[in-house]
Amino acid sequence: MPSVTYITHDGVPYAVEAVSGTNCMQAAIDNGVPGIDADCGGQCSCATCHVIVDPAWSARVGPPGTAENGMLGLTPERTETSRLACQVTLDDGLDGLVLHLPEFQM
Amino acid sequence: MTMRNMLDCDPQSIPLEHIDVSQAELYEHDRQDAFFTRLRAESPVHRCAESAFGPYWSITRFDDIVAVESDFETFSSEPNILIADQPDDFEVRSFITMDPPEHDSNRAAVQGAVAPQNLKQLEGVIRERVGQILDGLPVGETFDWVDRVSIELTTQMLATLFDFPFEERRRLTRWSDIAIATPELSGSALVTEEQRRAELGECLQTFLGLWQQRAARPEGFDLISMLARGEATRDLPSRPMDLLGTLMLLIVGGNDTTRNSISGGVVALNRNPEEYAKLRANPGLIPNMVSEIIRWQSPVLHMRRRATRDVELGGQTIREGDKVVMWYISGNRDGDAILDPFAFRIDRERARHHVAFGFGIHRCMGNRLGELQLRLTWEEVMKRFEFVELVGEPVRTRSNFIRGIAELPVRLHRRH
Repeated sequence: MPSVTYITHDGVPYAVEAVSGTNCMQAAIDNGVPGIDADCGGQCSCATCHVIVDPAWSARVGPPGTAENGMLGLTPERTETSRLACQVTLDDGLDGLVLHLPEFQM
Repeated sequence: MTMRNMLDCDPQSIPLEHIDVSQAELYEHDRQDAFFTRLRAESPVHRCAESAFGPYWSITRFDDIVAVESDFETFSSEPNILIADQPDDFEVRSFITMDPPEHDSNRAAVQGAVAPQNLKQLEGVIRERVGQILDGLPVGETFDWVDRVSIELTTQMLATLFDFPFEERRRLTRWSDIAIATPELSGSALVTEEQRRAELGECLQTFLGLWQQRAARPEGFDLISMLARGEATRDLPSRPMDLLGTLMLLIVGGNDTTRNSISGGVVALNRNPEEYAKLRANPGLIPNMVSEIIRWQSPVLHMRRRATRDVELGGQTIREGDKVVMWYISGNRDGDAILDPFAFRIDRERARHHVAFGFGIHRCMGNRLGELQLRLTWEEVMKRFEFVELVGEPVRTRSNFIRGIAELPVRLHRRH
């Protein structure tokens, strides 16, 4: 059971225990983490589950795919380590992952 | 070629191949739902061989719409996103009718104007204006909510975003109304093509004048100044049809959609008094209600794509070059994606899961501004009025693109 910590824009941490194979959007929604809208329901077709991967984890999480990259282009809060949470699948290698939430979702 | 008038047809028994949901009269009389329910169940990817707009495919299920939206390589937005083609000798362009990479740089030039960070600055101004508009309304007598509230509020907002001369703001409303309101472009009959071109010509001239002023003072944060600064857009005046297309996109996108959702909310709450009661008991439901209103109204009926290759979808073979029309009004009534989709519920779970903004790279740029205007409108309405009572039938717009409400007779009852 990998654990993920989501840190809101105001600095409030939400630690969540997730099942391996779940994506980070679903884990947030299932556990009532605020600040993720997930309008499209996890199909990489909006940009409302934008998260900023903590620099310490960015190498292990990896860069966005092509379609994801296009969607991230819609958000002005994009950073070097931005990802869509629905496209990051959790496994034991990501146990302890830290994700920062932007101020807004587009 | 004789085509059947859908209003004369029984949606249950008409042969599937005869169904033509491009007929604007369907939306004028709010009779589209039964046709789309039948298509979603029996022919979710449906080919209409004969219509006023030529042959086209209808995509009617939520998930299929998301799939088409997400694949811009197979489903191109060029040359037009209306079911209709544009006249060859009057073809406007803007980023909504472009594919990447051209789309990306053109959209990026103006996206910042409606980004949430900027909207935070605007919230106080919008709330104050909503309050002024509402305080000027007559109480206890019948008036048109569309003209006095929906149009006034969205036009003021648009004038602010463009930094357009405020006292002339209703010209923006007019340009928005006539932008595609011909029989050939949307099934509307508001203007002739000749009249449309003449008025859009005035629109272009007016904005070229503003552009000259703004280009000379490059620090402005209005949309025109941003276009004049943007690397991909600063030469727009030398490409007048591209400039006009961009203006039309921003004017219609920032006006018709929110206007009709503000009106649609009044209709929905009046038709569902138990939901109005929930709202009075708990105005904290307003942010959630806003999403439900947008789904319920579905102010943009469709967007069109063009297949760039032969492709299978829903068991059908769409051929290269075919028109592919995504009907948002249908996706937003799809019971496989939305629980009890014909019910208006202001406390609906996952209310944001609707297709009214579209998905993919063309997803509505001003979605957060639209939501903000709706939220502030209802927050200020609830502070003042017990009941915005609908006292007659709404007059709906004849168009296959905009699901509009042209007139809405209401009477206000003050809070006790």
